[in-house]
Amino acid sequence: MWEQIRANKRNSILLLVLMAAVLGLLGWIIGLSVSPDPMAGIFGLVVALIIWMILAMVSFAGGDAIFLAASKATPVTKDVHPQLFNVVEEMAIAAQLPVPKIYIINDPAPNAFATGRSPQSASVAVTAGLLGRLNRDELQGVIGHEMSHILHRDILFVTMAGVMLGAITLISEIFLRSMFYSSMGRRYSSRGRDSGGGQALMLIIAIIAAVLAPIMATLLYFALSRKREYLADAGSARLTRYPEGLAGALEKISQNTTPLSVANKVTAPMYIVNPLQKEGMKLSDLTSTHPPISERIKILRGMAGASFVDYSDAFKNATKHTTPIPSSALKQETVQIRSASGQPSVSAKNQQRNIGDIMFKTSGFRFVDCSCGLKMKIPPNYKAAQVQCPRCSQILSI
Amino acid sequence: MGILIVLIVIVVLLVMFVIGIYNSLVSLRNQVANAWSQIDVQLKRRHDLIPNLIETAKGYMQHERGTLEAVTNARSQAMGAKGVAESAKAEGVLGKALSKFLLTVEAYPDLKANQNFLSLQEELSSTENKIAFSRQAYNDQVLFYNNKIQMFPSNVVAGMFSFAKRDYFEIEDAGEKAVPKVSFGN
Repeated sequence: MWEQIRANKRNSILLLVLMAAVLGLLGWIIGLSVSPDPMAGIFGLVVALIIWMILAMVSFAGGDAIFLAASKATPVTKDVHPQLFNVVEEMAIAAQLPVPKIYIINDPAPNAFATGRSPQSASVAVTAGLLGRLNRDELQGVIGHEMSHILHRDILFVTMAGVMLGAITLISEIFLRSMFYSSMGRRYSSRGRDSGGGQALMLIIAIIAAVLAPIMATLLYFALSRKREYLADAGSARLTRYPEGLAGALEKISQNTTPLSVANKVTAPMYIVNPLQKEGMKLSDLTSTHPPISERIKILRGMAGASFVDYSDAFKNATKHTTPIPSSALKQETVQIRSASGQPSVSAKNQQRNIGDIMFKTSGFRFVDCSCGLKMKIPPNYKAAQVQCPRCSQILSI
Repeated sequence: MGILIVLIVIVVLLVMFVIGIYNSLVSLRNQVANAWSQIDVQLKRRHDLIPNLIETAKGYMQHERGTLEAVTNARSQAMGAKGVAESAKAEGVLGKALSKFLLTVEAYPDLKANQNFLSLQEELSSTENKIAFSRQAYNDQVLFYNNKIQMFPSNVVAGMFSFAKRDYFEIEDAGEKAVPKVSFGN
């Protein structure tokens, strides 16, 4: 496991250096395009790095809080969904990590993510749509995947790379927009300002760089984000010793057609499946944050055991590509697949009811069962200690 | 004089060497104890859940007195067990009795619909999982510790201060498979 984390760290540093180079180069070229003075290039470089540093500091200090707030995640207590708490505790024991904070997102689309700088400050968030659809084994598979992200220190990496990508995009946007407006302005101003041919060339180079840099940075970011997903799938299989759980969960998630309303382009790579794209669409391989779900399911179902080696073999069989698992993590060990816990799948009708109930409970509603069979949902601002059943007019205490 | 100094240096080095090994042994032994306490917490939780579960089931399962008693007896056996090996054996028996009980429950749809019973069952199956996962961590620690006290040179120090070998927490295969099959059919 430690080799895994070290390999991850090396990759992260390499990627960050590459992205920093793209960022610095972009700043330098833009600086030179504004003025031929070599100092202008250095000035542009410094400005670019300062913008990046400010963004990095903000995300490092409160990235997880911002992310949880942006996703409208609500911290919950165990009585809202005891099974979720139990499963998270189980996976924390299996991964030998502290139990992360648990959040529910009140959204009917099924998805989940983990965030936090270190395992000690980690949080796991799942949507109501996920909880309502999955049985125990499937939920365990999803939580195992998130716990693997925490264990492999993926979150810090994704956050840092995301910030870098954000800085590059921001600088390019500002430059291109200012070019657009200044060229509009120039039409009306005098054309007496004669800029040399070299300066015009520099300007064209800068525009090309500003267009290309975000694309390059995005491709770098997505390539590594996809690899992380495979690794976390392998980790989940190993922690739960039951690959079918995650496979079943991914299958159910892929059948969903409602997009997650709280996700956006920047937060998408953090989720277990891409919340913005539908599986039905044929995605081009380079521009997706996540591997195709059908492929992930095929790999998980092809595993002979539950170890990293088994995942790697199944990956090679299913995709004919080289394994995404770092060779240092591929130590021979036998991890047997356990038997299913015997819980049946949730029927489609019950799924919808479950999702509704979980969303009510997350919003602070309390449930009171009347002996006449009516289930009352008491809103959180109802302060009285008793309530009358509207069907049989019995007085019930809450 | 020279020989004396050499001797003193050798003795000091030897003492430091022994202290180093002793300390690493102590820290390993503490890690084993800590891993065990993790299991112990879950075993206690399991023992606490059973009376409530049986109490809830009693009203519905008048004709299954034998099955219920088997669980209750296995529980008291497991609670009285001393040491890792004995407790592993008793827990195995309890696991088997529990899975038999939960199989019988399948025949009682009223009981299966009981909200209280369902939540107890969820707690129980989670506890079983936690035992299984923490057992893995404990056995890894024990393997590491036992290797250390059997291998040279640390075995000499272990013998001097009587570090004892620890038992693995092995639930026999049938018991292992007997993690209760919980059904939440609606």
